[in-house]
Amino acid sequence: MSLMAMTACELGEKIKSKEISVREAVTASLDAIEERDKDLNCFVTVTAGKALSDADEVQKKIDAGELTGPLAGVPVAIKDNMCTKGVLTTCSSKILSNFVPTYTSFAVEQLEAAGAVMVGKTNMDEFAMGSTTETSYYGITKNPWDTTRVPGGSSGGSAAAVAAEEVPYALGSDTGGSIRQPAGFCGVTGIKPTYGRVSRYGLIAYGSSLDQIGPIAKDVRDTAAVLDIISRYDSKDSTSYANAAEDFSSALTGDVAGLRIGIPTDYLAEGVDPDVRNAILAAAEEFKAKGATVSEFALGMVEYAIPAYYIIASAEASSNLERFDGVKYGYRTAEYRDLHNMYKKTRSEGFGAEVKRRIMLGSFVLSSGYYDAYYVKALKTKALIKKAFDDAFEKYDVILGPVAPTTALKQGESLSDPIKMYLGDIYTVSVNLAGLPGISIPCGSDSAGLPIGLQLLGQTFHEKDILRAAYAYQKDHKYARPAFLSKDGKEGA
Amino acid sequence: MQITDETIEYVGILAKLELTDAEKEQAKQDMSKMLDYVGKLNELDTDNVPAMSHAFPVSNVFREDEVTNADDRENLLSNAPESKNGCYKVPKTFD
Repeated sequence: MSLMAMTACELGEKIKSKEISVREAVTASLDAIEERDKDLNCFVTVTAGKALSDADEVQKKIDAGELTGPLAGVPVAIKDNMCTKGVLTTCSSKILSNFVPTYTSFAVEQLEAAGAVMVGKTNMDEFAMGSTTETSYYGITKNPWDTTRVPGGSSGGSAAAVAAEEVPYALGSDTGGSIRQPAGFCGVTGIKPTYGRVSRYGLIAYGSSLDQIGPIAKDVRDTAAVLDIISRYDSKDSTSYANAAEDFSSALTGDVAGLRIGIPTDYLAEGVDPDVRNAILAAAEEFKAKGATVSEFALGMVEYAIPAYYIIASAEASSNLERFDGVKYGYRTAEYRDLHNMYKKTRSEGFGAEVKRRIMLGSFVLSSGYYDAYYVKALKTKALIKKAFDDAFEKYDVILGPVAPTTALKQGESLSDPIKMYLGDIYTVSVNLAGLPGISIPCGSDSAGLPIGLQLLGQTFHEKDILRAAYAYQKDHKYARPAFLSKDGKEGA
Repeated sequence: MQITDETIEYVGILAKLELTDAEKEQAKQDMSKMLDYVGKLNELDTDNVPAMSHAFPVSNVFREDEVTNADDRENLLSNAPESKNGCYKVPKTFD
């Protein structure tokens, strides 16, 4: 099997047993990027030189017995909204087109301490605002399953890079579905941990009460291995959970006997593609056959999640993005009259249309006279959504449903109608509002051959429940690769 | 909800954005549509519901204010569009 066709853990084992060197693994990743990324555009920045020298350093530490973890020496890609010291970090925006951070985000630091070798920074929707990776200033990313379609977003570059076997795993971030939905569209596995599980120190903030970092990989085992590494208490993120560290891999028993699974009938009602619905129901049958109890129930509040989400996320974004003003870093407009004019021109030239739309909406809902009617109303709605989940989790351990109503959309389909794009997030945003963990795993394909994503939601800080369920399902399903990887005969690099 | 020219001007000031006339027209339409859409929340009775900013209680986290990092001034300033004498340089703010 070619190196890049392996999972991250498989590659880590080969490196550990000295069957291959770290340099070979990193070279295989860089070669795959070189070969495929001109077409797919998963990366904003490829750090080839740094990756090769890091590879040799990591190899020395492995040889000296200092690095013994499962992912030591394995290449990784990082979403371009996580700061990486000395490496361009753009958030896929013009306004950060020249920003080179002086420090590394906590999650990336944890990975590097465990021997991960970063090969580059992945493309995303500008400031993570979007569900298609089409709002990037650096061009769209294409879906490896069908290059006329979007990879999902906002972590579209991370998900597509894993699916295209340019890299064994990647980090993404999820504010309203930005890990789970692209993972679903690209046929890979992605988990959004509980709010507070992974430190956001060094993550360029979008919606601070919603943002969470998590892994995207080929399978559940890889995502658990990454979570084992990046989940740590961090004093530099005031929302960091004191007991963040856990042994997630121990949850992968393959057994779901007695697990109580609930399917919200509201998740399979109108609007969901029939192929998606059938795949979800078929998966539910499999869980039953494995000894889980599966029943349908009405979750409620589903249609209020997107309105509440867009008010809260836009409000927080308008505040978080105030810092981009052309003073301390990033782009500054060439000509200006005075300070205020410099701020305005810099921001107007530096931000793209979707970012401006959300900053405007956010500024409006926070403005005097509208604050209570919109922003406070949304926060109250958030409480009701949380309550609906709390009630559900009294009866169920895991909630099962689709990741998105459809499979990957054609490029350009949703850009013209923002609300239509927002509606695609209907099954993912409520999870962020309630702070819950959610995992997306592939569960078959539609009539066009595109991957369908299954979503499993757990209680706050119960990632182990959803990892356990996802692993039990996945161990009986062969990983499906995009056709071009097997057709061209090159099989990885 | 109808968005007036005045509202767009005002929001532009709050958002520190300078929109072209075409962008303003678009923003009026987009915001109006979006506010109609999120107006759906008015169907909910939230009179006795407390506003929830975080999904679970997050309180202030205190620690001693101790310097743990070294002086990074030069690196930080290297990202600035303009700097002078170890400071960020901005346009004149008063005469």
